[in-house]
Amino acid sequence: MLDTALFYIFAALTLGGGVLTITRRSAVHSAIWLITSLLGVAGLYLLQRAEFLAGVQVILYVGGIMVLFLFVIMLVNLDQAAKEKRFSGQKWIALACVAAVALQALWFVSKGAGRFTLGQPSIAGENLGNSEHVSRVLFSQYLLPFELASILLLVAIIGAVVMAKKRI
Amino acid sequence: MHPITTVHYLFLSAALLLVGTIGVLTRRNIVVILMSIELILNAVNINLIAFSRQLGNVNGQVFAIFVITDAAAEAAVGLGILIALFRNKETVNADEVDILKW
Repeated sequence: MLDTALFYIFAALTLGGGVLTITRRSAVHSAIWLITSLLGVAGLYLLQRAEFLAGVQVILYVGGIMVLFLFVIMLVNLDQAAKEKRFSGQKWIALACVAAVALQALWFVSKGAGRFTLGQPSIAGENLGNSEHVSRVLFSQYLLPFELASILLLVAIIGAVVMAKKRI
Repeated sequence: MHPITTVHYLFLSAALLLVGTIGVLTRRNIVVILMSIELILNAVNINLIAFSRQLGNVNGQVFAIFVITDAAAEAAVGLGILIALFRNKETVNADEVDILKW
């Protein structure tokens, strides 16, 4: 019961924050609403027993990436952009996307949830989501992707520094 | 009230992905377009976590960590490109950057 209520609260935070992110005129307001949305997603992770990821979401997304966004909004002069029109003329493609997803959802609802099987749980994962369990898998089974991710971050650092130089 | 199942999370994820897609397609401000991409990546993460819970193993959570890493790298490079663009073209609107068009 409490889980159900919390799910709907966090889902409303996530979706409402997302919608307000893409509709606000000022980029700073968009960033604030995106933070709301990301915190809602962190709450959903907690509901799904992914505590480590909830912490990573708050620290890395809200604490890292969003600060980066706000910093760039500060560097880039957006006062003039806030006065211009917000949307470009691609609304028909966007409407097509909405129609496609709505059709899929309607199809799913009309078939009924019983017609679709989602796969059975392999093991009972009661202590699932604690950082020990995640780190065991991350540092044994996914060691090579982990190292590749570090290379990706190195490339991103170099790319960001080169892009932000005075003369390219 | 029904209990919350994986399907609820899938619908939420689809809706969030849709919101992000609309943002990428319709907004002109490149900063907001990058924020919409973050929304899309979060939708993918919700999906991964829901199936991780459903199947009872942590592989989905490990993938979600990689997705967050990619999001950080993408944001850093994207905002770096944005600063370089603003320095050269004095605009942050995606439809005014059309020097590759002919």
